[in-house]
Amino acid sequence: MIRVEDLAIVLPGFALEDINLQVRAGEAFALLGPTGAGKTLLLEAIIGVVPIAAGRILIDGRDVTRQPPERRRIGIVYQDHALFPHLTVEENIVYGQRYCRASLPSVTPLVERLGLTRLMKRRIRSLSGGEKQRVALARALAVAPSVLLLDEPLSALDPNFREDIRGVLKALHQDTGITLLMVTHDFAEAHFLAQRTAIMNHGRIEQIGALETVFAHPETPFVAGFVGMKNLFSAEIDGDGAQIGGLRLRCRNPGGVFHSIAIRPENVGISLQPQDAPTVNHLTGRLRHILNRGFYADIAVDVDGVSFHAIDSRRDICRSAVAEGETVYLTIAPEDIHLIRDAHEGTLRC
Amino acid sequence: MSKTTDDALPLPPPGSGRRRVDPFLGIALAASAIIMAFILLPLVEMVVQPSLEDLRETWSDPDVIRAIGMSLYTSGTAALIAFVFGTPFAYLMARKHFPGKRLVESVVDLPIMIPHPVVGIALLSMAGRHHWFGRILDQLNIQIMGTVTGIVCVLTFVGLPFYINAVKTGFEAVPARLETVSRSLGASPWSTFFRITLPLAWRSMLVGLIMCMARAVSEFGAVVIVAYHPMVAPVMIYERFTAYGLKYSQPVAVGLIMVCLVLFLLLRWASPRKGGIA
Repeated sequence: MIRVEDLAIVLPGFALEDINLQVRAGEAFALLGPTGAGKTLLLEAIIGVVPIAAGRILIDGRDVTRQPPERRRIGIVYQDHALFPHLTVEENIVYGQRYCRASLPSVTPLVERLGLTRLMKRRIRSLSGGEKQRVALARALAVAPSVLLLDEPLSALDPNFREDIRGVLKALHQDTGITLLMVTHDFAEAHFLAQRTAIMNHGRIEQIGALETVFAHPETPFVAGFVGMKNLFSAEIDGDGAQIGGLRLRCRNPGGVFHSIAIRPENVGISLQPQDAPTVNHLTGRLRHILNRGFYADIAVDVDGVSFHAIDSRRDICRSAVAEGETVYLTIAPEDIHLIRDAHEGTLRC
Repeated sequence: MSKTTDDALPLPPPGSGRRRVDPFLGIALAASAIIMAFILLPLVEMVVQPSLEDLRETWSDPDVIRAIGMSLYTSGTAALIAFVFGTPFAYLMARKHFPGKRLVESVVDLPIMIPHPVVGIALLSMAGRHHWFGRILDQLNIQIMGTVTGIVCVLTFVGLPFYINAVKTGFEAVPARLETVSRSLGASPWSTFFRITLPLAWRSMLVGLIMCMARAVSEFGAVVIVAYHPMVAPVMIYERFTAYGLKYSQPVAVGLIMVCLVLFLLLRWASPRKGGIA
């Protein structure tokens, strides 16, 4: 179990503030956020190599805040593997065993499980990216850490190896029940491995919760944008109506004060013909641009000065050879309009 | 077999396939040749001028052997001192960020910029009996003026920046993440340094030692102020030049060049061909 309480780190030009986080025993937890959000800094604070200005860090109930890294029993696997280049695979894997007071199980089952048996005498520079990541995992697990931190473990791998290591991590977590804290900027990656997540931005945690909940119900405009709600607007919300500039949309208000709305592009229906029957949130707009992405198309439409993004998953619009500036029709179901308490600071007009 | 499109292309005129020299490469090669000539010509001239008889006579002179030995001993000791004190300092400078770090780096580089007789004068003024530091040295029975200790002091002073800068660069090339991982696996800072950082940076340390010793062996200006005797090779070369002329100083200089060349080739040979950071 990892517990971070009121953590603050102050560095020249950057700070982590008010970080509160709990990763339950045996849980796989994803720390999500864009590059520069402070995710790796938080990992390194948990490891113990970054001085903290305030707060506490507890591992399995032990307060390790003042302990040096070598006494925390935390394993870490970096994106770039951080293998010791002057040692062989075997020397890398058993590196930490001499420092463990308690007797450790043999590394042989772990090595076999990770498919490293035939690589044990090899030099690090002769390994592929996937093999290096397996060695880094074996090295971290060989000392039986209380928790394992993974810093973008799949980012530096090509797609084949990524698939492979993703499977290895999933199986290891399921079989060993080790507590995992994984840093990533890829929501899909987090979805595959983790049950809960925290979204970080500019040194702060914006939202914590189950992955599905965060994905479906982002609480801040940043999280909404991060989970793919590209249609993000400041709005005046009054009952079941949301006023965006001169545009009024019907929404479902669960009650409360909201200042922004967010809509997924895939929930914005687009057609070349108007609906026959009167439909709620049926908008007439002009096609601004189409971005063909192969299997689907990103479409931007201006409606009364508000720019909406839609996804044409069947590429009907692409195939119809409609030109930019022509009239198209959008339909948005009220239940697909997500209400957010904070105001969105981005632009409203296109 | 059908004729390919390539076969149908007209052949270039004879001689047009000759490779043209890239002007940039040409200028770089010319500059390199000038530099090599600038360094080698005077040295080669000096080495070939003395007769074999002169060389044999000079190299069998116990004073010459003693002076070259003294040069190697004092510069080697200076390099050793730089190694002992400079290594942790260089590590600190490579790994830690603190206010005033640039100032500290500039201070380290100062001995490169100061005229070397000034170094000798500064050390002497501190080591005198009118200075508190000099009185402490006197009480400890440590003499600077005209002693091996004095020579080692000035050689360490002039050689330290070369060692520290080379080793700092070497430590910076070792990713800090390797040390983080080592610590997370249970290794103490000491253990991490000796098992990870040192094996990956030792080539830079060797290069730093060579640079430091090379600088120390060639030092004249500071040494001649602190200790004319015991005589090191550069001082002897100067003395023979001023007292007897070029003919008598050249064989000693050739001897010093040869000994240094062999020493540094040996050190270069001992350093690993491969290794370093993956």
